[in-house]
Amino acid sequence: MFCIKGEGKNKDTIIHHYRKGGTTLKTSKSCLKGIIRAGATAVLFAACVAFAAPVGLPPVPVPVDNPMTPEKVKLGDKLFHDTRFSTTGEVSCATCHDTAKGFADGLPVSEGIHKLKGTRNAPTIINSAYLHTQFWDGREPSLESQSAQPFLNPVEMGLKDHEPILKIVRSDPEYSALFSQAFGKTGEQITMTEVKQALGTFERTLISGNSPFDQYYFKGDKTAMSPAAVRGLDVYVNQGRCVSCHRIEQTQALFTDNRFHMIGVSANQMPRDLEELSAAVRNVKEKGTDIAVLSNPRTSSLGRFAVTGDLTDIGAFKTPTLRNIELTAPYMHDGSHKTLEEVVTFYNNGGALNETDTVPELLSGGIRPLNLTDEQQADLVAFLKALTSPEFAPK
Amino acid sequence: MNRRAFLKATGTGLMASAFPISLVKLAFGGQDPSRDFTFGYISDAHIQQIKGTQFVRNWDMGLIRAVREANLLTPRPDFFMFGGDLAQLGKKEELDHGLEIMSNLRGKVRYVIGEHDYYLDLGKYWQDKISPLYYSFDHKGVHFVVLNSILTYHKWTYETWPSPMDRMLAMARLDNPQGSPFMVGDQQIAWLKKDLAKINQNTPVVVFSHSPIQKIFKPWNFWTQDAEKVQALLKPFEKATVIYGHVHQIQYNQIGNITFQAVMATAWPWPYPETYSQSASCLPKITVPMNRADPFFERDATGWQFVDMNSGKTAMHYQLPDNPNRTVIFDAATGKPKDVKYQDYIRRIPPQTHF
Repeated sequence: MFCIKGEGKNKDTIIHHYRKGGTTLKTSKSCLKGIIRAGATAVLFAACVAFAAPVGLPPVPVPVDNPMTPEKVKLGDKLFHDTRFSTTGEVSCATCHDTAKGFADGLPVSEGIHKLKGTRNAPTIINSAYLHTQFWDGREPSLESQSAQPFLNPVEMGLKDHEPILKIVRSDPEYSALFSQAFGKTGEQITMTEVKQALGTFERTLISGNSPFDQYYFKGDKTAMSPAAVRGLDVYVNQGRCVSCHRIEQTQALFTDNRFHMIGVSANQMPRDLEELSAAVRNVKEKGTDIAVLSNPRTSSLGRFAVTGDLTDIGAFKTPTLRNIELTAPYMHDGSHKTLEEVVTFYNNGGALNETDTVPELLSGGIRPLNLTDEQQADLVAFLKALTSPEFAPK
Repeated sequence: MNRRAFLKATGTGLMASAFPISLVKLAFGGQDPSRDFTFGYISDAHIQQIKGTQFVRNWDMGLIRAVREANLLTPRPDFFMFGGDLAQLGKKEELDHGLEIMSNLRGKVRYVIGEHDYYLDLGKYWQDKISPLYYSFDHKGVHFVVLNSILTYHKWTYETWPSPMDRMLAMARLDNPQGSPFMVGDQQIAWLKKDLAKINQNTPVVVFSHSPIQKIFKPWNFWTQDAEKVQALLKPFEKATVIYGHVHQIQYNQIGNITFQAVMATAWPWPYPETYSQSASCLPKITVPMNRADPFFERDATGWQFVDMNSGKTAMHYQLPDNPNRTVIFDAATGKPKDVKYQDYIRRIPPQTHF
């Protein structure tokens, strides 16, 4: 696991790279290329590089209003693992984002209080600091805003509101000390803002690169990957068409384009006509996106559409990273693919597990049959297994 | 909600309203709301047979997607238009396969013929199975005319080619030095004159054609040879609009009283010829160019559109997979169509110039 170095000393590298109304404002030294997209709410989301990243990853973007400190990390770590923030006292963030399981849970869809099932597969939170949006449908713009949602979802931690959390953190002596050190706040001064900031800060330390692929590709160690994985990389960037969404750049690789695509997973769950679509949209409006999509597979299948209402986004889900993918089976937003081999078969058939399955009508134009041989498919899987960071590699 | 407020709300409002963009009732408070209506427009599917029951997947998927999306529009459009080039090489198999996909579209569909549908059998199967080649109809106070604008010289059509398929292949080629310019022809122009004679000059008139009834770029047949003759017949009308396919891109223009708007293809995008020639040109500057297509996403820079007629002029709502949707309305203040979002140069997304 990568840990903080420098503790936010590199203040001179703070930049504000902020886009609003088509104008890009640069307010300080540019140390990070790339624009952090601000939504309609125009959250000032600047980036400060608090620490260097491992091989294959860019500097970690940190919001200017929530700089990294070791005190906040320590507090966030404790909050992340605290089961008292659920109605049963049994579920914490770490229940579904388990260190031992690649910060996922190994289940098709996650289980919250009373073993209640949601509709979506727990994504790893390793490297989630780099994502432009959070959740499979990108309904939250930051780790901070994302972190407050699962507490209140009836199938996750089940709280009615955030008050029980505040009650604990304001009265528990251990938390009192930690909040005091992290934020200089005690008692009533502690609000959900601090809780969310601490959780976000902790998650920004879960950065993991330096895989055999990184050594091979960015460090030139030609022996770092097996010959099968090297052949698999060729399939990945050429005939397999993987790299167009799961991107590898010249100096780093996040393995995501931060976009949303309808690749055909769980297409049979999607609303079949206008009436079903309208019902699903009403469900979103009435219950709120977070609760609606996790409680109803048909509503869940709307994907990004539940957030944007744009027809392009029906059934579209965020491109997940592929780093450490070997650890986080089963796959896809609904956990419907058991193995990497199944995933590769699915793409090879152009968005279908069986060649004879009906092609979804709203399938993304990027998805089409690939005509890969069995050997090419096996090589591709070998390559995907070369994306595991050493700290997670099977012993 | 007036038009401006509607566009503002749907531009960035996302789920701010009860329903997503296409599910919002398009009520702009026109003078007579009972006459407000929308129609859908799908065009240039280019369904192409490989052999037997095998068809080009990419073109199939484009038309299937457009039909599926159009079925999610609410309130339902009053009718749909198909703007021509249902087939690639005019074959019965291609037209039948295209019609099969179109049969899933919920609502009445009217058809405009394109050159890819015509030049194999000169429109015989089309007329038997699909539609007359030219006709007119009235709907809620608007007079609609469908033209067959892809005819050409008698000699080229009947005396030049050894076989119908040779003729079809020649017309299907862009930049073909042996090609021939499109025209409406005097017989149809005489019919149009008679048809329009009955219509009050205050009545909004909308002409649907496959080729542009204006002259843009002859080598690609972005062109109708006798366009001026048709334009002259439309001149007396207060509100005249021509909607055309063929060019596979967003175009709009104003010539005198006539507004021109192109519709998207579901199959593939063409660039504006100016960008193709990559040198100074005298092409009319009639459009905000489309964002460059990302070729990985086959649907990028394709699409379909729905049109609202509530001001008596066409407001075109382009639905563009993998690309921001666009809306082009008639701006009464300037007397020209304009893109509601990207018309100002500063608002445009600069084209990518390298990879």
